[in-house]
Amino acid sequence: MIEIRHLYKMFGESRVINDLDLTVRAGETKVVIGRSGVGKSVLLKCINGILKPDYGSIRVEGREVTGLNEKEYNKIRMEIGMVFQGGALFDSMTIEENVAFVLNEFMDLSPREVRIKVEECLAMVGLHGMEHFSPSDLSGGMKKRVSIARVLCMEPKMIFYDEPTDEVDPVTGDTIDNLIIKLRDQLNVTSIVVTHDMSSAYKVADSIAMLYHGRLIADGTPDEIRNSKHPVVQQFINGKADGPIADEEALLVGNGRMIE
Amino acid sequence: MGMLNFLVNSDRIMVRFLRYVGQVSLLFCHTLYWTFTSSFHSKRFFNQAKIVGVESFFIAVFVGFFIGVIMALQMAYQMMQLSAEIYIPNVVAVSITRELAPVLTALIVAGRIGAGMTAEIGSMKVTEQVDALTAFAVNPVKFLVVPRFLALTLMLPVLTIFADLFGILGGFIICVFKLGITAPMFVNMVTEALVVKDIMTGLIKSVFFGMTIAMVGCHQGLSVRGGAEGVGRATTISVVTSFIMIIIMDCLFTVMFFFVFHA
Repeated sequence: MIEIRHLYKMFGESRVINDLDLTVRAGETKVVIGRSGVGKSVLLKCINGILKPDYGSIRVEGREVTGLNEKEYNKIRMEIGMVFQGGALFDSMTIEENVAFVLNEFMDLSPREVRIKVEECLAMVGLHGMEHFSPSDLSGGMKKRVSIARVLCMEPKMIFYDEPTDEVDPVTGDTIDNLIIKLRDQLNVTSIVVTHDMSSAYKVADSIAMLYHGRLIADGTPDEIRNSKHPVVQQFINGKADGPIADEEALLVGNGRMIE
Repeated sequence: MGMLNFLVNSDRIMVRFLRYVGQVSLLFCHTLYWTFTSSFHSKRFFNQAKIVGVESFFIAVFVGFFIGVIMALQMAYQMMQLSAEIYIPNVVAVSITRELAPVLTALIVAGRIGAGMTAEIGSMKVTEQVDALTAFAVNPVKFLVVPRFLALTLMLPVLTIFADLFGILGGFIICVFKLGITAPMFVNMVTEALVVKDIMTGLIKSVFFGMTIAMVGCHQGLSVRGGAEGVGRATTISVVTSFIMIIIMDCLFTVMFFFVFHA
């Protein structure tokens, strides 16, 4: 379970996360939606300690993590697998070395045991036999699946997906969605999926939270979000050019700053 | 008003300079911490040692050799007027081992390896590979900086030794085949003129040059912002900063060796 209370994160003058409250229950897949730049990826990075929040509380499995030192935080990180937007595979390594990264760094396994584990994880994401390829040989969708396989090697309790279906074709996107559902059902992992792909969000989500200006403006089941009366939510989920978001942006462009 | 602007700008430059020095010093402290507290990862070290040492070997000895040739010819131009060609081996050997081989090798390595380090780490930064290391509980300084720091610190003196040897060989060829100095005479003059401290001062400098190239290159890489443009800008800054730092350090070391250690 992940509980976030009154979280703030600023970059210079810009308040990217602004008094955010969010709860992710154990075993659920929470999809976080919102426009680009509203702080969705920053939220994930704050939870696993890549970024330090300026203020607020983050509790992971009941443990407050914001005050932890690097050594203590690393124990939390070993329970959280992170699938990055572009895959973030290590260019200098083969697919096998990428997937085996955590095993080679932290676990005292024989080369044979590592190879078997890598084969298992690649098979789970449908990429069996790709061990000796280089990341540059793979398509965007394949990189994301390898990235998921790399996370699976850690046997994490939680998996964070940053835009898992971004820049992939619809068929590959659906394959990745199925994989997210399979991992939740088979491994009972708690997941946070950051996306602005609504078809993907409806498919994988147990609940959907929407961020706007770094704040939570809606949180509920896919049906509750679909039927939300909030005009910003409605404009976003229906992908309309006209509405409160566009009106506000017109003010931003017109005056160079937000008009409250 | 002009003076005010100057002071404001000077202050900004000074603040930026101090911030930069602070960041590099902090990275240096982290690197030393991880060097001495984490287990030695031989594969990563040897990979980097191969890139720094083996792959830079030919260019280092090539430059060393021709600097020896050029030095001998330039000296001959002056020395022949004084009928003092016999001292050319001394001057070539001492100036190469004390000054030219360490500095020129460091500049070559800064241009070749320091720039490559910045570009590689910078690309990893913009594609979130550095964040991925943190997410997998691996410290980026330990994983990326320590092997490069050790490789440069240990391999640059090795390259310098080879540049010394090939530089003296270049001088030998000119002295023996052009200036009429016999081979035994050349060897005799060099061994008489060259003392251990000449070689050691050059090697001590090259150890610190190696550290500097590693720190500047890795710091610029880890500080990259933006995409490909940011990587390109950081790479240029890395090379220019390393060059300037090498020249400043060379001057400081030479002053220190001359006035403090009389070497």
